[in-house]
Amino acid sequence: MNLAEWRTRESFYEATARRRITGVLDQNSFQEILGPADRITSPHLEELGFPVSFDDGVVIGSGLLNGNNVMIAAQESGFMGGSVGEVHGAKMTGLLQSALATKTTAVLLLLDTGGVRLHEANAGLVAISEIQRAAFRLREAGIPILVLIGGNNGCYGGMGIFARCCDHVIMSEEGRLSLAGPEVIETAGGVEEFDSRDRALVWRTMGGKHRFLLGEADRLVIDDIRAFRAAAIELMQKPEPLTLESMLQEHRRLAERLEAYGDCKDALEIWKRMGIPGSDSIPIMDNEAFHAAIKPYVASKETQEKKCHER
Amino acid sequence: MIEQLKFDFPGHPSPVQPARGNACIGVVNSGNLEVLIESAALGGRCEVDVKTSANGFKSTWAAVLEDFFARNRFADIKISINDYGATPAIVSLRLDQAAAEIMEKEMR
Amino acid sequence: MMILGTSSGWSKLKENRHQRLQRAAQLAQGKVVPADNVVALLEAVIEPYDRVCIEGDNQKHADYLSRCLTQVAVERIHDLHIVQSNIALSNHLDIFEKGIARRLDFCYSGEQGARMARLVGEGKIDVGAIHTYLELYGRYFMDLTPRVCFVAADSADPDGNIYTGPNTEDTPPIVESTAFKNGIVIAQVNDIADRVPRVDVPAGWVDYVVKSPKPYYIEPIFTRDPAQISDIQVLMAMMVIKGIYAEYGVNRLNHGIGFDTAAIELLLPTYAADLGLKGKICQYMMVNPCPTLIPAIESGFIKSIHSAGSELGMEKYVAARPDVFFDGPDGSMRSNRTFCQLGGHYADLFIGSTLQIDVDGNTSTATLDRIAGFGGAPNFGSDSRGRRHSSHAWLKAGREASHGSTKMPRGRKLVVQMVETFREHMQPTFVDKLDAWQLKDDFKMELPPVMVYGEDLTHIVTEEGIANLLLCRNDLEREQAIRGVAGFTQVGLARSHRAVENLRHRGIIRRAEDLGIDKRKANRGMLAARSIKDLVLWSGGLYEPPKRFRNW
Repeated sequence: MNLAEWRTRESFYEATARRRITGVLDQNSFQEILGPADRITSPHLEELGFPVSFDDGVVIGSGLLNGNNVMIAAQESGFMGGSVGEVHGAKMTGLLQSALATKTTAVLLLLDTGGVRLHEANAGLVAISEIQRAAFRLREAGIPILVLIGGNNGCYGGMGIFARCCDHVIMSEEGRLSLAGPEVIETAGGVEEFDSRDRALVWRTMGGKHRFLLGEADRLVIDDIRAFRAAAIELMQKPEPLTLESMLQEHRRLAERLEAYGDCKDALEIWKRMGIPGSDSIPIMDNEAFHAAIKPYVASKETQEKKCHER
Repeated sequence: MIEQLKFDFPGHPSPVQPARGNACIGVVNSGNLEVLIESAALGGRCEVDVKTSANGFKSTWAAVLEDFFARNRFADIKISINDYGATPAIVSLRLDQAAAEIMEKEMR
Repeated sequence: MMILGTSSGWSKLKENRHQRLQRAAQLAQGKVVPADNVVALLEAVIEPYDRVCIEGDNQKHADYLSRCLTQVAVERIHDLHIVQSNIALSNHLDIFEKGIARRLDFCYSGEQGARMARLVGEGKIDVGAIHTYLELYGRYFMDLTPRVCFVAADSADPDGNIYTGPNTEDTPPIVESTAFKNGIVIAQVNDIADRVPRVDVPAGWVDYVVKSPKPYYIEPIFTRDPAQISDIQVLMAMMVIKGIYAEYGVNRLNHGIGFDTAAIELLLPTYAADLGLKGKICQYMMVNPCPTLIPAIESGFIKSIHSAGSELGMEKYVAARPDVFFDGPDGSMRSNRTFCQLGGHYADLFIGSTLQIDVDGNTSTATLDRIAGFGGAPNFGSDSRGRRHSSHAWLKAGREASHGSTKMPRGRKLVVQMVETFREHMQPTFVDKLDAWQLKDDFKMELPPVMVYGEDLTHIVTEEGIANLLLCRNDLEREQAIRGVAGFTQVGLARSHRAVENLRHRGIIRRAEDLGIDKRKANRGMLAARSIKDLVLWSGGLYEPPKRFRNW
């Protein structure tokens, strides 16, 4: 353990939404929109007798990333599980629309959420679909959307679907990305199907390392705000095309992946089949060791797409 | 049930004047609170507006806030709080953090 | 002249022992007893009204033997007097429910506290006394010597040599007292092997060995996940390091288990190192191998640790650090609660948490409706008046307590209670009257169950600051010093502001600012490890946390 290096790190996982933003963006460049002082809070939570948050649990605004204009949103992990309510969702939609109107260089979305805020029911569901629509308009205009996932809630539910509709996903191994949450799967399918209390199982199924190996995440970084920033800077210049051809290619890639691994019962089997030596130790490898171990075998989106294209 | 409490404090006669603006500290999760501190035209006074999920602790809030204003030379300051059952220790900590943040904005 | 014959009456215990062994002769092959024969064995070697010691330690438990004891015929075995340090498993109380046991002398009951209270109320348990660990072990050699004892061990050889390994814990005083008063020693082991790695209990002291169907039960109670340490706990830990450890030069100490002390341990490589304190504090610790100690050990802060027991998942790490831990020639650790408590009693400082503190500084973990006991905390958390050797910290504390008097000077042990002023659900830690008084009445105890007495307490640390009770010249000052760190509890609000200002002026109360601590730096970012995974990385992969602590 290199203590001196360790102490220079700042945990993305532990940081508040505002701190994640100011840490990722260029120093002193963040300007918040609809901040706490505007007090746009959730009318639904108030009616239900729940405490509200002045920013409804999402921080949005504009700033600079490596000198380029970007717009950015970060969900607050601790407030209502980062869930999307009406106001929360509207802020994100408005941000995406504003990004399109100002032709910003890129949009960064720091997602930390269980998905829809059930307390707000349909308002939350509608909000997510509006976010989705606004995002597609941005992509159509060639403005890349980068999703950063590395917080306590992971990125689940409708926002999990949404994350994969964006250009790039950057994750840490602490982060998780999926659709249904572990408890929901267990409730629906039984504990033999998925034991939600088996945290090792949860992380090797939905965690950053596995997502990276499957090609769902483009980058796997250490839990350090600087690492997320560096990955964002690298990927902000690389929008992914949103065309019929790119969609067909993606479908081919997914079909091949399904054929290659569809019958596996556990991520451990998938990794073995990928041919990665010592794959049982993947969960405990540190970031550097992990990348070194998998390098010759990785099925990153880039290499997968290249392979598909070559066929 | 959210209990709403309002407190009024005489401002300090010779206050340290923060810049126009605001600072927000804390997260509204269980055992925690959010403190929004803002410059406001209050004729030299200070106002605190608390919305809390823990009912029946008005006198404790009064004591904590009185202590806070005794330690900080503020006037024309409005504090708004969303509280989700934080102990006085955490309330004091967040108030101090919010005060430090808004003073730093004055210095920038 | 008296003629001493064989029935002179001086060997009654020895003769009785032989009778018992005779009754059990058919049930064992040499010393080895098949698991299925154990109930019959117990019915053969135990007699009604016997004093039986069941190894229910802080962590390990002879759970197969205690379960078998619940199955003996109550017509044959009844009214036993149980001496046992920890009542932890439900079968420990089942024997009282059934009338197999009647009287109890113990130290701690934790989880079983509520059921214990009920059984006492129903007259099913006659409690002799609630002890601290050292007291009970001492009484094994005085008036509570066991006639029969049940112990738990890792392995035995067919001759009966026993290996207790890292989890030796309370076994030594139990077997020695029993074996040397013609008692019967029965051991359940995980494994019977041709050779044991080392002999912790010689075969000559052991009567029966049973390979239990499952390994003995052991609790991981010393693992604290760094992810759960709060910013407030970091602040308090910083105050302790700067305001007490550095101030007195504390090099020999015990940490009571808790998140507060885990925070201190995780700040040693960072905050304490920044203050230049490496080599000046915390070099000798009497404490279990808590995973949160790993960064401080790896950073070279700690020279030696002696442990009362082991900790699940730490075995490989401990074995790989023989310069620090008490590892035997066989390579594995040997813990010993008696010696750990003994060393800790004479150390320079104890620090731990508690549930309630009154205005005189008496503290208690007693809660209504539960009979919980003390464990070993009072052995650490008390002044050691039998001490004679000096150290810098001990002399300094003694000088502070003397207030310049010309009477006989002596040293003082630093006894520190570290608490937040409010617990969960806004329960105040500081109270006018301890619940312990109510408990005394409810359960007809002679004394209220106090963990640390005000007379022994030297410092209180809360999020509001440190109160140094040694410097207080009289009871009034002490009371105000306590109120002065009691925050916004009723006890704290009733302070005299003038008195508290005066105490602060004299350095009796010190706030974080007075110690030069910036509250904004008091956050989790200061910790040398913020998760269980970080601890594993610090240990180079040697620490193997139990499944519940892992997400890999």
